[in-house]
Amino acid sequence: MIQVDHLTVSYGDKVALDHVSLTIPLDGVTALVGPSGCGKTTLLRVLGGLLTPDQGRVTGLEPDSTAFLFQENRLLPWRTVWQHLTDVAPRHTATPPETWLKLVELEGEEKAYPAALSGGMARRLALARCLALERGVLLLDEPFTGVDPQRAQRMLQRLKELGKPVILVAHEPHLAQSCDRVMEL
Amino acid sequence: MTASTMCPNWSKKLLRIAIPLAVWLGVWQLASFWVGRELLLPSPYAVAQCLGQLSCTPEFWLSAGYTLLRVVSGLVGGVVLGTVLAFLTRFCIWADWVFSPAIRVLRATPVVSFILLVYLWVSRANIPGLIAGMMVLPVVWGSLTAGLKAVDGQLLEMARAYGFSSFKTLRLIYLPSLRPHFTGAILNGFGLAWKSGVAAEVLCPPKWAIGSSIQQARQALETPELFAWTLVIVALSLVLEGLLGLWLKPRGEGNA
Repeated sequence: MIQVDHLTVSYGDKVALDHVSLTIPLDGVTALVGPSGCGKTTLLRVLGGLLTPDQGRVTGLEPDSTAFLFQENRLLPWRTVWQHLTDVAPRHTATPPETWLKLVELEGEEKAYPAALSGGMARRLALARCLALERGVLLLDEPFTGVDPQRAQRMLQRLKELGKPVILVAHEPHLAQSCDRVMEL
Repeated sequence: MTASTMCPNWSKKLLRIAIPLAVWLGVWQLASFWVGRELLLPSPYAVAQCLGQLSCTPEFWLSAGYTLLRVVSGLVGGVVLGTVLAFLTRFCIWADWVFSPAIRVLRATPVVSFILLVYLWVSRANIPGLIAGMMVLPVVWGSLTAGLKAVDGQLLEMARAYGFSSFKTLRLIYLPSLRPHFTGAILNGFGLAWKSGVAAEVLCPPKWAIGSSIQQARQALETPELFAWTLVIVALSLVLEGLLGLWLKPRGEGNA
């Protein structure tokens, strides 16, 4: 269980999270939903250890055990699809990069550079890179932006089959409904 | 690409070189006619003749070779030191306080002042290389410092979140991000190194050097020879700049 207690985060005068408390089970896929600007990304960044809250605390989650998918793709224009995965994979991993390419349906694009990928393909590569980190908990900020709905459903199903706890920010209602639980902020 | 499509490209490229060359040679020839004195403005033919004679002597090749060596060694030294200092001043506040003002002073000081000052402390043979390096260093430092400040913060955050080591962050993010800055700095620095290196050779003439030959030609009022050596400098500079440009040209398809 991840326990979030009275979390408060501000950016200057703007309060992004105001004494938010919630409990997130560490199994299955949890969707964080809510209107734009309600603090979903901020909460995810705090969970991932990328942001220190002004007040409150998070227990039950080690930031080192999380793999974070940023809202932006943050790909390296000078690295190929394949290199993006091998760059982050653990040294003695038993999982070949093909596994992640298959999961996000990017087989055959190994030698492509990000500039040659469409928006949806680039998003899928960012997700594959996040998976290739092989960390215990996946924190995914809008993982299916630009991905067509059918493919997004298939990918979500495969994510569930991985058996890892996933917390994702979702804007698409149909995808949120396909998750194991939905938490509204 | 087929041979038929290549030919027009080649002829277009040739014309782009030949037309301006012919125009300026014509202007030079006319000006030489008008002046009417070889001592003041020799004709292109006289300069070409002089260049032909010079190139048959071993001294010509020795001078050109040594000048090239001095300029290139100064360029390499300036690039290496400028790169190291750029990283130091970016990531170490103490180094920034100590070195940044000194490099700015170096950038603002006229090259002639340095040549004459260094003449007091360093042997003549080493002055051109040292001066070339001193002129290149601030250019490389300035360009790389700007480049380091412009490295995408989101990529650096990604590197931290994904556990990249410092070396991996340098290799995968800093160096590729700095590539255009580095390329520009080297190309600009190369031109500066040539000009300042030859100027140092003219003012502090070492044994085998283009600058020394220019100085001798000036003293002997051999204007065609002065022009010939200047042409050698221009030709060497253009050829090497072209080669450097080819070497530094981005490879791979990831330049988005």
